[in-house]
Amino acid sequence: MSGHPSTYEPKYGATKWLDQRLPIIRMGADFMTFPSPRNLNYWYTFGGILTLCLVSQIITGIILAMHYVPHTELAFESVQRIRRDVPFGWLLQPMHAVGASMFFFAVYVHMFRGLYYGSYKAPREVLWIIGCLIYLVMMATGFLGYTLPWGQMSFWGATVITGFFGAVPVVGESLQQWLLGGYAVDNATLNRFFALHYLLPFVIAGLVGVHVWALHHVGQNNPIGITPKTKKDTLSFHPYYTVKDAFAVVVFLLIFAFFLFYQPDALGHADNYIEADALKTPPHIVPEWYFLPFYAILRAVPDKLAGILLMLGAIAVLFVLPWLDTSKVRSMRFRPVARGFFWIFLFFCFILGWCGAETPDNMVPFLSVGDKGLNFTWLSRIATFYYFAYFVIILPILGLVEKPKDRPESITKAILGDSSHGAAAPAE
Amino acid sequence: MAFKMKTAILVGAATLVAAVSGIAYAAGGGGTGDYKMEHKHWHFQGAFGTYDKAAAQRGYQVYREVCASCHALKHLSFRHLGDKGAPFYNADYPNPNDNPLVKNFAADWTIEDIDTETGDVIERAGIPADKFPPIYPNEAAARASNGGGLPPDLSVMVAARSGGADYLYNLMLAYDAPKPDDVELTPGLYYNPVMDGGKISMAAPLSDGLVEYAPMMVKNDAGEMVEVAAPEATVEQMAADVTEFLAWSADPKLEQRKSAGFMTMLYLLILAVLLWFSYKRVWRNVEH
Repeated sequence: MSGHPSTYEPKYGATKWLDQRLPIIRMGADFMTFPSPRNLNYWYTFGGILTLCLVSQIITGIILAMHYVPHTELAFESVQRIRRDVPFGWLLQPMHAVGASMFFFAVYVHMFRGLYYGSYKAPREVLWIIGCLIYLVMMATGFLGYTLPWGQMSFWGATVITGFFGAVPVVGESLQQWLLGGYAVDNATLNRFFALHYLLPFVIAGLVGVHVWALHHVGQNNPIGITPKTKKDTLSFHPYYTVKDAFAVVVFLLIFAFFLFYQPDALGHADNYIEADALKTPPHIVPEWYFLPFYAILRAVPDKLAGILLMLGAIAVLFVLPWLDTSKVRSMRFRPVARGFFWIFLFFCFILGWCGAETPDNMVPFLSVGDKGLNFTWLSRIATFYYFAYFVIILPILGLVEKPKDRPESITKAILGDSSHGAAAPAE
Repeated sequence: MAFKMKTAILVGAATLVAAVSGIAYAAGGGGTGDYKMEHKHWHFQGAFGTYDKAAAQRGYQVYREVCASCHALKHLSFRHLGDKGAPFYNADYPNPNDNPLVKNFAADWTIEDIDTETGDVIERAGIPADKFPPIYPNEAAARASNGGGLPPDLSVMVAARSGGADYLYNLMLAYDAPKPDDVELTPGLYYNPVMDGGKISMAAPLSDGLVEYAPMMVKNDAGEMVEVAAPEATVEQMAADVTEFLAWSADPKLEQRKSAGFMTMLYLLILAVLLWFSYKRVWRNVEH
């Protein structure tokens, strides 16, 4: 499937026989020798890290599904039973829960890396869009999975999110009932959420296959965004990037292990240790940390439907980004002005996350005195405005007016520094 | 290259710092009025923390004699008390069902069962394999006996509050705090600044000398089980002990997890160093 000439030579009778019928060994061999730009930095190791996350979630998830009971009366207890009595359940259950957080952490790094180095630009638009689809299915999977332990946040989170569908004009109410299998989140909802939570990871796996296929067709982008021109610009994927990815994976696993073994509950919410109670609304319903920025966008506008549209728009805008950014220069290393706006964008994404975790009426520390100054609703409005402005105003205009810095002719020249423009200084 | 490496380490470190400060921030919450939460140092904190078995054993006694008149522990079985890492673990009885202490504790409870000969509902003494029984037959009965309040199950209580063990410990001590004028109490409610809103349906559960502590059996440095004299049962002592017990109940595999964590981190650290040198070697002749 990769676009480079195959160097695989079957050595034995059996492999020759197989190669003529199903060149599967050839595919693997070509994968390992895939020419990768020689200047990929550590931000480019997150694709491998994400693959590991997906595999880990699927394996732990399948084992958990063998012991979990999707019933409103038994779900909470079955999770406790897994943690207390199932062999290695004490390890697998938090590994799956913490793993979800680590998965999202990695996907965010991967996405911001793509934004910074312009990995969505021609010829990688389809690669980027498939990535956005994966992220969308990941969000659905994460949300569905969070309902399964049937704690207070599971139940009320599901109630709030499925409530969005009720805001759809005309058909909203019937749509919501159809999704829930009833008038409220209940056993029918839990059962279908479990079924879908089991299904979607395999959809993700399929999409990842297409994502990697597209990647191997167009080749990797790189930190300077200059397409490799000669053989000297690239290195064989193995051993150069297998060893670099392996090192990065292990560093990532160290962070994972720290949370898993020493702070397994730090990324979750204490309320989810309280069994779901349809008659008792928790004082603050908040989603998991990885949804907080979108939750802030949702609450930034007073109208429910408008909030939902805005939140969906925040994801939809990513799909059309390749056509919004008018600049032909991929990497932000050569776009000093755009780079500034990028860092502000990243900053506001964190601000949105902060707003999502706070009560909207509360005043923002440092930006208010008493009840005078900025509250979180207004802070989230400012941040939401910038979020959208970055994509639909700044990037389209900047591409037309910004004067990019001179780019090196090739990756090799950028590294060896023998071009008159000098080597590109690392932008980080 | 060194520069990029430094960036990666910085990002990793920043993530950890952010996470840890976030945890500290989350743990600092709770309390109304001027009440200051006491942050106790718990024996189970830290990378190598373990449960203080003597305290957890006393805590079980406090639970049994005080809390259990209203609060259930529905996710626990009696045998869990004798599991590895549990308060009454004894290496002589790797199967907790054989542990005589656990058998005694189980027998101390009455379990509702069905007589298999007649089909009649009977009551019998508990065995280690039984779950801790419910205290009330149903929610309505629980509320009726408690002035409308519902005593929550305590199995995972320490995990279910953002302050964790500190929250529970302070809750039991905070009844003495003076009530601010803006908190209105209706009959059956008590002032407790640790509760959200300052109101609680539970009267102060502890008073000095409420429990007469039995001596405890714990392992000494030589690994033998020895008897340890009991401390005086002050309110603080009982609150700390029952919190230690309930912390174990909420996270019974903590010791197993932390020791596995240490070995895992060590393994990953060595692997990371080896891979770093492999990386250096593979890339030694490559300008990048």
